[in-house]
Amino acid sequence: MDEYLPELMRRLLDGFSMTLFLLGWSALFATIVGTMLAIFRVSPVPPLRAFGTSYVNIFRNTPLVVLFILAVEGLPTLGVAIPFEWFAVVTLSTYTSAFICEAIRSGINTVDPGQAEASRSVGMTFGQTLGQIVLPQASRAVIPPLTSVYIALAKNTAIAAAFGVVEATGQLSNLIRDFAPFIYPSFFAIAGGYILIVAVISGIASALERKLAVVR
Amino acid sequence: MVAMDSVQKWFGKLHVLQDIDLQITPGEVVVVIGPSGSGKSTLCRTINRLETIDEGVIAVDGQELPKEGKSLAGLRADVGMVFQQFNLFAHKTVLENVTLGPIKVRKHSKADADRKAHEQLRRVGVDDQANKYPAQLSGGQQQRVAIARALAMEPKVMLFDEPTSALDPEMIKEVLDSMVDLAKQGMTMVVVTHEMGFARTAAHRVSFMADGRLVEENTPNEFFTNPQSDRAKDFLGKILEH
Ligand SMILES: Nc1ncnc2c1ncn2[C@@H]1O[C@H](COP(=O)(O)OP(=O)(O)OP(=O)(O)O)[C@@H](O)[C@H]1O
Ligand SMILES: [Mg+2]
Repeated sequence: MDEYLPELMRRLLDGFSMTLFLLGWSALFATIVGTMLAIFRVSPVPPLRAFGTSYVNIFRNTPLVVLFILAVEGLPTLGVAIPFEWFAVVTLSTYTSAFICEAIRSGINTVDPGQAEASRSVGMTFGQTLGQIVLPQASRAVIPPLTSVYIALAKNTAIAAAFGVVEATGQLSNLIRDFAPFIYPSFFAIAGGYILIVAVISGIASALERKLAVVR
Repeated sequence: MVAMDSVQKWFGKLHVLQDIDLQITPGEVVVVIGPSGSGKSTLCRTINRLETIDEGVIAVDGQELPKEGKSLAGLRADVGMVFQQFNLFAHKTVLENVTLGPIKVRKHSKADADRKAHEQLRRVGVDDQANKYPAQLSGGQQQRVAIARALAMEPKVMLFDEPTSALDPEMIKEVLDSMVDLAKQGMTMVVVTHEMGFARTAAHRVSFMADGRLVEENTPNEFFTNPQSDRAKDFLGKILEH
């Protein structure tokens, strides 16, 4: 016990720092790429629309583990040499951006098409119509599906453990290996960490939703 | 000011605009009338290219409609449009609705745009509502704001697609009054409407549309008292019964 507790704390911290690293960077990149893809998918330019649709169909319908294998085995053959955790970020971002795209697009579709028509008829360009009229009105409808995507991403970071990235789940395996009698405390500590992360994401989401609700 | 020349449009198999020729001179007010589904909205929407056409030419103020992009946006800025469902920007105040185009498209300063917006709102009698959101206004007020929003762009032509059809009877008059004023001030207008009172007071010409064709054109008086085609007689018979 004397040995276990400090070691548990240290590995919890290490593990969740890595989990948050994966989550933070992947969420950032996935949001940028996903938003661009959503804009492609509603744009008036057919090749962009086709690109957005194919991207979503490919990456949303491929199991995440398969993408991990592809990244870890495939990217090095293309001369990409980066640390394992960045392979994980690339994979998670690529996969998650497809879901972000669809969440944003579904929000855009909740906005009455008459709003965009009125905007175009006063002479606003596609970008202005999107930025001034459509996205602000879509933003509230977008929050619940986006929240689900970020929560799924938080949990999907655990798959990186299977590819040698020692994040929280990787630390759990190590703890169980090194401190076999303490399997339940280790499990609950790690699970508790994930629950905390998800609670924070949900909290931010409902605060945002309340804030956007009073705008009108 | 608006010139449509042999315009054809299909929705799949439906030939929704057939051989449309329509010339509108500056300051002219044309009322388009006709049965439901005859293509009136589609006709109106092709003039600022919210609907594309398959054949023919449409020009506004001598310039053929650009296909897309910035130049199309530029042309649309010169063509005001008022919709049946008002389509005010729901997340913006009345004032912001009217200033958005002048600021973003015409690049006016906010102070300038505000001042002109209040002028236009006063013109249609809703300036006291400037800081409210659209949802807080009656339908008639919303539609007058929509007219002010279009006018704030200083358009060369105004298109109205059944502007009073979604309104309660007591609000129709306030919107029509604004439109009559506009007509008297010399605005070029294309108005899809079944309001014969408006057609008689304000229109220079009535175009009767049926099955995608402009079947008959005449002065309001001649058209309503002495329609030539069977389609028009039949149609007027139906709407006059009420
Ligand atoms: N986007 C579309 N796709 C396919 N068909 C359409 C589309 N828009 C309109 N139509 C069809 O084209 C025809 C003409 O429609 P339009 O709205 O122009 O008629 P309208 O004269 O304005 O009728 P109303 O008096 O009911 O408003 C209708 O048969 C309609 O169903
Ligand atoms: Mg119509």
